Amino acid sequence: MINIISNHWQTLLYGLGQTLLCSILALFFSLVIGSLFAIMEVLPNKIAHTIGRAYVELFRNIPLLVVTMFFYIVIPKFFFQISGFAAGTIGLTIYTSAFIAETVRAGIQSVDTGQMEGSRANGMTYWQAMRYIVLPQAFKIVIPPLGNQFINLVKNSSVLAFVAGFDLMYEGNTIASTTFDTINSYLVVGVLYLIITMPLSYYMRYLEKKSNRGVN
Amino acid sequence: MQTFIDAYSWVNIAFLLKGLWLTIEVSVASIILSYIIGAILGLVRYIEVKYLSAIVGFIIDLIRNLPLLLIFFFTYFGLPNMGVRLSIPASAILALTIFESAMLAEIIRAGIVSVDKGQMEGARANGMTYWQTLRYIILPQAQVKMIPALVSQFISLIKDTSLATIIMLPELMYHAQIIYGQNSNYIIPMFLALAAMYFVVCYALSLLSRYIEKRVN
Repeated sequence: MINIISNHWQTLLYGLGQTLLCSILALFFSLVIGSLFAIMEVLPNKIAHTIGRAYVELFRNIPLLVVTMFFYIVIPKFFFQISGFAAGTIGLTIYTSAFIAETVRAGIQSVDTGQMEGSRANGMTYWQAMRYIVLPQAFKIVIPPLGNQFINLVKNSSVLAFVAGFDLMYEGNTIASTTFDTINSYLVVGVLYLIITMPLSYYMRYLEKKSNRGVN
Repeated sequence: MQTFIDAYSWVNIAFLLKGLWLTIEVSVASIILSYIIGAILGLVRYIEVKYLSAIVGFIIDLIRNLPLLLIFFFTYFGLPNMGVRLSIPASAILALTIFESAMLAEIIRAGIVSVDKGQMEGARANGMTYWQTLRYIILPQAQVKMIPALVSQFISLIKDTSLATIIMLPELMYHAQIIYGQNSNYIIPMFLALAAMYFVVCYALSLLSRYIEKRVN
């Protein structure tokens, strides 16, 4: 293990950086897209609701790898050149946004309906009430599950290895196949992933416990 | 249009279905194995054996926080370095089982914890032993509460089998890649077929879970 780290630490750090960058970008964009579809789902408009529902059901039931490979193969063939990193991030964003939409929708629906009715009765429009009253409360509820989504994103970003995204998994695999020291290379990669995901997951558990205490 | 008709020739469809069948076989094997192991680990976590439960809990957390892809690499490329050489399907099932049993253990533990404490106390007060209570009172109730979480974990397991293409497991995704690798005109039709096949299997499962939930409540 020491050998792998001392000889390849630059590559590993670069990979770790790419993994984090990809996860953060995908979290940001899937939060935006996911919230949009979540709002569509709770709208009284039937068509908007159906579109939102269909998007969520579709991408929750298709493997991430299929979505990612689609962007990696189809965009360069029919449109323009795209790096593996970009294709991977787009795939991750689309896939994760479906899960985030589901989380945010649950958050919006858990906000008491009296909040919306009260704001409407006080003369706010539907969108004002949504923007200033319902969504801020919903996001507060949604923060711990979103943290778990981020952990999933970090783990799922390993699909970048399929599309030459130069992330931690890809670099680790390259090191494994050049040094033939597979066990130690994968151990190092595993430890690097755990350094990001473990503290986060314990922190999320702590947050959940804290918010549960408040409820009871 | 013609490319679509060509792409969906009987030979190609049969080839895809063969891949889908292996996906299902590997998934079912992993689901059964990881359910058994997950149930044991979840119980060990719940009954709080000194030291053992804490160690098991830590290992579960470690595995849950690793990418599944890394575990695939480990079982297929790593284990031979330790003198264990498994066939491709066996290492795929092993990797899936390791990862999913950690996931399921956590779901099962949470399900047992969610059963009201009064159930255990009441049963004990009525003269049942701890194990009798667990077996006849707690677990049956926990089982019902777990169904949605369990099924959604099974769905993600089925989706995750696609990652096994990286160790050349000839499942659905791998077969589709072979087809569009031979003729790049088939890329779009193959991706549509892939999406449709995975969707049908996974969505059917989620409908089934909703149906069971309704029936039980």
